[in-house]
Amino acid sequence: MSFFSEALWVLLLGSLLGLELIGKVPPTLHTPLMSGANAISGITMLAALTLIIKSGENLPLLIIGSISLGFALFNVIGGFLVTDRMLAMFSRKKTRK
Amino acid sequence: MTFIGPIKFAIDLLAVLLLALGIKGLSKVRSAREANRLAAIAMLLAAFGVLMNSQGTIGISINSWVWIISGTLIGGLLGAITAKKVPMTAMPEIVALFNGCGGMSSLLVALGVALFPSSEGSDGVASELVKNFSIVVSLFVGAITFSGSIVAMAKLQGWLSTPSWTQSKARHFFNILCAALALIGGIYLSIDGQNGLFLIVVASCLLGIGVTLPIGGADMPVVISLLNSYSGVAAAAAGFVVGSQLLIVAGAMVGAAGLILTQVMCDGMNRSLVSVLFGGALGTSSVASGGGGGEYTNITSCSPEECALTLEAAERVVIVPGYGLAVAQAQHTLREVTRVLESADIEVTYAIHPVAGRMPGHMNVLLAEADVPYEQLKEMDVINPEFPATDVVLVLGANDVVNPQAKNDQTSPLYGMPVLDVQEARTVFVVKRGMSAGYSGIKNDLFDLQNTSMVFGDAKKVLGDLLLELKELGVGSKG
Repeated sequence: MSFFSEALWVLLLGSLLGLELIGKVPPTLHTPLMSGANAISGITMLAALTLIIKSGENLPLLIIGSISLGFALFNVIGGFLVTDRMLAMFSRKKTRK
Repeated sequence: MTFIGPIKFAIDLLAVLLLALGIKGLSKVRSAREANRLAAIAMLLAAFGVLMNSQGTIGISINSWVWIISGTLIGGLLGAITAKKVPMTAMPEIVALFNGCGGMSSLLVALGVALFPSSEGSDGVASELVKNFSIVVSLFVGAITFSGSIVAMAKLQGWLSTPSWTQSKARHFFNILCAALALIGGIYLSIDGQNGLFLIVVASCLLGIGVTLPIGGADMPVVISLLNSYSGVAAAAAGFVVGSQLLIVAGAMVGAAGLILTQVMCDGMNRSLVSVLFGGALGTSSVASGGGGGEYTNITSCSPEECALTLEAAERVVIVPGYGLAVAQAQHTLREVTRVLESADIEVTYAIHPVAGRMPGHMNVLLAEADVPYEQLKEMDVINPEFPATDVVLVLGANDVVNPQAKNDQTSPLYGMPVLDVQEARTVFVVKRGMSAGYSGIKNDLFDLQNTSMVFGDAKKVLGDLLLELKELGVGSKG
């Protein structure tokens, strides 16, 4: 039971942290923030990695894991790049001024 | 090899710290870009940690490497290409698409573990019941996130319309049925770890569709934000499944932060989360009840030429960009028009309603793309007192956010929504494709006012004509 109870604490504290992190967001940043947070939710790639590593020679599982990893990385890499593209437009204005 | 454990632990801690700093930094304009990179580095670190730890403890077979690398390359490349290619106007769709894929990933992990239970368990991940329950949650939330996000994307792209049955009571029945089936499947799976697996997946997918399909275009950002929060929850659930605390923390943070962001968006649109989710598309329902209806009696329309003449004589112009501008992708043409005006010493500012564009903050991104200086963008609270001192307001494809009913008419469904007081300005031009109602389906009293003129046409075309007229008048050419 120890992992489970520890994990529940982690879940609780992580949620509280998440609630605290975003206090006031200027409307300008709603879209980038959403897309950035979205990229972070692709952290399931770690679960997909673990799945592949532990599946040994089990081919169907390897395939499932690999597809899952692909989806997650699509989310992560796409998410971060698109967020960066948006934010780059804001910062360009700043430096030129 | 005993020091691998502590190193992995340290990497995980560092990754969590960077992720938290990343989310925090993303909520401030100054630090946002660095914060985004910080979060990306954190993810890279975390992945490295997992690989290193596994290599050092149980080893990673060549076979696994092949599958890891191929999955990474295909997913990563497609993601990178999509991110580079997508036009800024399609941002809401693309966030929904990415989000759906994150949900799919969690779903697949849980599916893999559920189908082949033997592969897992070396961690001693608590009891069978707990593990099965985690799988159920991961499947359920992952499936809803996936199907909901894909429907959201399809609706925003215009591939899907709102079927009429979804506006009736039938959809509640449908959704409750799906939820009940998913619950039954979940209970089965929790108990014996085998049966009910596909029942959950199918029923949750249908539930995601059933909940998202009735929601109208302008509410969609709220839904995407909520689904984004769900994908965090799905990640946390996957963390329980594979026994990764890092996953749980990150998932929980995104889940909670997404919830806050959703709430902030709802506040900006004067909508409650409950009404977004269960109220259906505002448009259809309010037209049916006739709320805020009535005919237009005093519409003045004019040509771009007249509009240009008035603009030439103005000293202070405020642009109100809206959804229509975003859809017409007219932000670059708009920028050219404002350049001409500025060169004639006409003061130009932009009034940005909190929910302008297709998603809160989207308009800022679009205007930034078109090189509009950041300082010229004024938020609603700042610009509202300035309208009485404004000569010309140019409303471009915005409707509900400039409807005075929201202030004056207590019976209007819009009543109480924060709006831009454009009617206070001396002259208002509304560029609009036709007299169709805005997203809310409500008549806009602004169009009937004496000082309002309609310029009919697609925003991009009208702005193009306006630009020609202004140049013909010689505006700005002397300066």
